[in-house]
Amino acid sequence: MRWALAIFAVVVAGIAAFLAFAWRPALDPVAAPGRDAFDPQLVARGRELAAVGDCAGCHTRPGGAPFAGGVALATPFGTLFGTNITPDPKFGIGNWSEAAFRRAMREGVARDGRHLYPAFPYGHFTLLDDADIAALYAYFMTREPVNAAPPEHELAFPFNLRPLLAGWKRLYFEERRFQADASKSAQWNRGAYLVRGLGHCGACHTPRNRLGAEHKHRQLAGALVEGWYAPALNEASPSPIPWTPEDLATYLATGIAERHAMAAGPMQTVTHELGRAAPEDVRAIAAYIHGTMGPLTQAREARARAAIDLARREPSAAAGSSVELRDARLRLGKALYLGACASCHERGRELSSGGALELPLAVALYEPEPASLVNIIRDGIQPPPGETGRWMPGFAGAFNEEQMLALLTYLRTLAPGAPPWQDLE
Amino acid sequence: MTAFNLNGRVVQVDADPATPLLYALRDHLELNGAKFGCGLGQCGACTVMLDREAVFSCLVPLSAVAGRHVKTVEGLGSADEPGPMQRAFIEEQAAQCGYCIPGMMMRAQALLERNDAPSDEEIRRALAPNLCRCGTHMRILRAVHRAAGFMKKA
Repeated sequence: MRWALAIFAVVVAGIAAFLAFAWRPALDPVAAPGRDAFDPQLVARGRELAAVGDCAGCHTRPGGAPFAGGVALATPFGTLFGTNITPDPKFGIGNWSEAAFRRAMREGVARDGRHLYPAFPYGHFTLLDDADIAALYAYFMTREPVNAAPPEHELAFPFNLRPLLAGWKRLYFEERRFQADASKSAQWNRGAYLVRGLGHCGACHTPRNRLGAEHKHRQLAGALVEGWYAPALNEASPSPIPWTPEDLATYLATGIAERHAMAAGPMQTVTHELGRAAPEDVRAIAAYIHGTMGPLTQAREARARAAIDLARREPSAAAGSSVELRDARLRLGKALYLGACASCHERGRELSSGGALELPLAVALYEPEPASLVNIIRDGIQPPPGETGRWMPGFAGAFNEEQMLALLTYLRTLAPGAPPWQDLE
Repeated sequence: MTAFNLNGRVVQVDADPATPLLYALRDHLELNGAKFGCGLGQCGACTVMLDREAVFSCLVPLSAVAGRHVKTVEGLGSADEPGPMQRAFIEEQAAQCGYCIPGMMMRAQALLERNDAPSDEEIRRALAPNLCRCGTHMRILRAVHRAAGFMKKA
């Protein structure tokens, strides 16, 4: 009995100590400052920065009210919903002071003291300087308030217990500002600040561990996220033609780089937003990412030559002869390719205004996982609602599973040097 | 030789397996309901149903169709005995030049087979891939609602 009491006391003391460790104070609510409280230039700067951060990606539903939240984010721990960050005092952040906003950005703590889930990438935003946070605050506090709550998060136990996030932060989060590297150019430093900070590129492109933290030593090494493969942005970049800073900047600002890729899935909103960011910031991001991809090697140049060579010939004729289409699956895949893909991507490129990518150059064919290619074939690519843009039809109903496997197997043969995808079934 | 079920009966087409279904329908099987518009899957005039889904038949090769069910606008009824979808389009006078209408009807048919009472918004979203240059969109919208009513009563 005495032992049981002692154990009980220790457990209670342990929980109390943890709660004390996890506890963060609420910051006083303030009256919403109102639109006139901010310098319009600061608001305009905030708008450009919010585009770099793709805040809309999580906080604006397609076709929904701006920043009213509700975008579902599927994670291994359950589904999170982007919050309402309009200046509504009840459902948004209308009663947050700038200090509360700053603390949320840098420490992942809401105004009322609750820990925020790291789906809100404070591990990146902590790098932001005071001026940029002030601009973002000015921008969000001057948006249209939306009087509505997004759905509640749907998380499995124990991930629904917010105090536990204090422990997660202890393990994986460090509050710190960006440190410039004096040996590098101003543009590189600007790019590093934006990529590691506000742009939070690593949130998708860096693989995560079992507790959802980004692997420190595998920065931008590529990862599966939300059913898409976010390609490696380091030396392992799957792009057959090495990216130039110019191609990267074009891709980021327009969603398409003729010799590489067209943005789809979650990246589509990123590029859509970056099209509204300051062009010099986009160029800085491109310059920095170009650096993380490492120097040109002979192997890379050889791969680029092989890809360009195949693209310049009629790819299906060339690839068909080299693979010999020894099995039925490849033969089926090629017939599907010729009937479904080639009319835009090969023989018909000029008729289709030349807009379709040349597939031997397309990054998606070279990725270690076919996830993104599968999504693109299945759902196609459409511009955001109400916007113009390039368009690819989806083939969801056209191919059954066996046909999809055959097409993927064949398409991979249009990627010189890429090993066949394993475990396609 | 590719065999598939077309509007309820098995047909065989002797053509290259990469031949678009649209060409097989029009040139080999002499069903001219599905139209050639762009040949690039961007206009929807060629839309037919493959199993339960609406697809662009100009971009579906015969090899994808083997052993599956294809339904074209001819499978919805005839001039003498129009089916509910066709009747609804006639009653709403939803066709002007008519070129897009077989595709519109087939995409609407696929929609109504999975959702028997779609909202305006759901119809607009489902039919978005199909273009109409005459501008009868509002009548097409009404026709799809009307067809949904007919099918419920049936």
